[in-house]
Amino acid sequence: MSITEVQFQATAVQDAPAQAIEGRSQWQLTWRRLRNDNVAVISVVVIGLVILFALAAPLIAHATGHGVDVAFPNTGEDASGQPVGPGTHGFLLGTDEIGRDLLVRIAYGARISLFVGILTTAIATVAGVSIGLIAGYFGGLVDTFLARVIDAALAFPFIVLALALAAVFHPSLAIVIGVITFFSWAGISRIVRGQTLSLKEKEYIEAARSIGAGPWRIMFIDILPNLLGPVLVLATLYIPTAVTFEATLSFLGIGIPEPAPSWGNILGEAQSFYQTSWWYVVFPAAALLITTLAFNLLGDGIRDAMDPRTERIFAGSKASRRKRGKRRGQAGQDADLGMGLVVPAGGEG
Amino acid sequence: MSETLSGTAVDPFITGPGVDDDVLVRVENLVKYFPVHGNGLLRRSVAHVQAVDGVSLTIRRGQTLGLVGETGCGKSTLARCIAGLIPVTSGKVYFQGRDITNLSRRTMQPVRREIQMIFQDPYGSLNPRRRVGAIIGDPFAVHKTATGAERKRAVQDLMARVGLNPEHFNRFPAEFSGGQRQRIGVARALALRPKLIICDEPVSALDVSIQAQVLNLLADLQADFGLSPRHPYSAALLSAAPAADPDAAAERQRIILTGDVPSPINPPSGCRFPPRCPKAQDLCATDEPALEAKASDPRTHLTACHFPVQEGEILARADRRQQR
Repeated sequence: MSITEVQFQATAVQDAPAQAIEGRSQWQLTWRRLRNDNVAVISVVVIGLVILFALAAPLIAHATGHGVDVAFPNTGEDASGQPVGPGTHGFLLGTDEIGRDLLVRIAYGARISLFVGILTTAIATVAGVSIGLIAGYFGGLVDTFLARVIDAALAFPFIVLALALAAVFHPSLAIVIGVITFFSWAGISRIVRGQTLSLKEKEYIEAARSIGAGPWRIMFIDILPNLLGPVLVLATLYIPTAVTFEATLSFLGIGIPEPAPSWGNILGEAQSFYQTSWWYVVFPAAALLITTLAFNLLGDGIRDAMDPRTERIFAGSKASRRKRGKRRGQAGQDADLGMGLVVPAGGEG
Repeated sequence: MSETLSGTAVDPFITGPGVDDDVLVRVENLVKYFPVHGNGLLRRSVAHVQAVDGVSLTIRRGQTLGLVGETGCGKSTLARCIAGLIPVTSGKVYFQGRDITNLSRRTMQPVRREIQMIFQDPYGSLNPRRRVGAIIGDPFAVHKTATGAERKRAVQDLMARVGLNPEHFNRFPAEFSGGQRQRIGVARALALRPKLIICDEPVSALDVSIQAQVLNLLADLQADFGLSPRHPYSAALLSAAPAADPDAAAERQRIILTGDVPSPINPPSGCRFPPRCPKAQDLCATDEPALEAKASDPRTHLTACHFPVQEGEILARADRRQQR
C-alpha cells in the first residue's frame, strides 16, 4: 500500500461525518454497519428466540402438560427417586430432584432473568444518565458530591449488602431488583459524567446558552442526544451483567425465593446432583450462557458499528471477515474503510 | 493581552456624555481576568490571565464595529462578556441604557432576545445530533414565541432568507457544507430579530470564496433588518484578502512587528506594547498612556499612545516589503 493510499485513508477517517452528505444520518450508518455484522445479527436472532421462549412459557407448560411447580413423583423420578434424563416420559430436558419438568422451569426462569435484566438496566440507565449529566454539567460542589457518591457505590461490596438485606428482610424479587440497580447506575453515571464534561465545552452548547436555554434544556435536549450512542452500548452490556447478577444471588439463596424458578436457583439446587444428573446443570447453565453471550456480542457489535475505527478480535466468521476486507477495499463506500489504517486493505481480500 | 483592546481602542463616541437613545451598547472599563490555578490540593489561584483589561466602547443602532487584534488578545472573551456568556471581573456593560453586567440567567433572559451571536466555527457551533429545523427553531422554543406549524413556517422563512433550501429543514448539520452551515448559524442568530449581533470571526473558518458570500449575506441582512453586527477581526480579513490589483499588492507596505507578544499573565507596566513597538521609548515602560484625542488624530479618533504616528511619518521598521 503506497503512502498516498495511507494518506487518503487517513483523510477518509477525518472526513467520516462528511459522508452523511449522501443523506445518511449517523444512526443510519450505524444501522447499516450493524446489519452487515453477522455476529450482531445472530445475537439479535438468539435474543429474540430467548424472549419468545420466555413469553411462550405458559404455552410450553400447557403443551407438555407439566405445570411449573408441579412435581411428578411417578413419571419424573426413577425407581431410586433420582431425576430422570432428557426424553424420558415426555420430559424433553429431564426433571429435577422432585420430578418437576426442567424445560418448563427454565422457560419460566427466562422470564425472571429477562425481566430482572431489562428492568434493572432501564432503571439504572435512567438514574445513571441523569446523575451523570447533573454532575458533569453543573460541576463544582454538585460534581464533587455526586462523584464521591458514585465512587462509594462502586466500592460497595455487593454480596455483603445483598446478604444483609436478605437476612433482615426475606429474599424477594424486590430486593434483587433493588440491589442490582444500586450497583449498576454508578458505572453508567461515571461514563456519562465524563462525556458531559467534554461535551459541555463545545461551541454549540455555548450557542444554546447564548439564545437563553436553561441548564435542564441544555442537558436533555442538547447534550443527551450526543450521549445516546455510548449509553446504548453500555445498556446492552449491562443487561447480561444484571442477568448474571440475578443468577448469582439466586444461586446463593438470597435472590428469587423458591418455588419460583430462576436460572440461578435451579443451578443452586443442581449442585448436589451434577454427578448423577448432568442435564440438571447443563441446560440451565447453557440458557444463562447463551443469553449473556448474545447480549454481550450484540453490545460489542453496536459499539463497533458506532465507532468503525475499532477492530474486534472476534470479527465473525472467516467468510464475513473476507467480505469486510473487500468492502474496505472499495474506497469511499463505507465509513468502515477507516479500519484500513489498522489492517491495510491491500493485505486482504 | 489586549494589544488592541487597551492600547488603541478606536471609538469616536466614548466621550459623548449623557443618555443617547441611539446608543445600543456601551461598555465601560470592562475587565476580565481568568484565574490560573496552582497544582496544589486546594488549587488556589496563583495568577490571572488578563484577557480583557479596561475596554470601553459604544455601539449605536445600525452601526458596525470591527474589533481587530492579534491571536489570543481577548477579542472573543470581550464578545462573550458583552453577550453575558461569561461573568465579568469588573466594569459595566449597558444595553439600551440598562446595566446588564453579570445578570442572573433569569433576568438576562429578555436581554438574550436582543443580543445574538454568530460563532467562529460552523462545524463546532451546530449540534451534530439535531436537525437543522430544530437548531434554527431553538430560539423560538426557548423564548416560547412560536410553536408547531407557526415555528416551522418561521424556520423555513429564515432558511430562505439566508439562502438555504427550506426543504432541507429535516437534515442534519453534517449534510451541509461549511458555508451553508454558517448560514444556519446566521439564521439562528436572526430568528428573534435581535438588535445586536455579535459575530466572532464569522468567516475565518471558511474558504475565501465562501467568506465573500457570507459577508455579503451579513451586509444584506444588516440593511434589511437594521442590525448592528460587529466583526472582530474583520479588518484582518480585509488586509489578508487578496488585492484586486496585483501591482498594488506588490507595492503594499506592511509593518512587520518583531519581538515577543507581551504575556497576558504578567503584562508590562506602563504601555502594553513596548517590546514590539517601533516607536517605544523609556517613558512607555513606566507611564500607561491615557486614551485621548491627540493633535494628529482626525476628529472622531482617540489614541492611547505617548508618541502617536504623525501624518506622513514612515515608521523605522516599516520599510520592508511584504514577502510573498
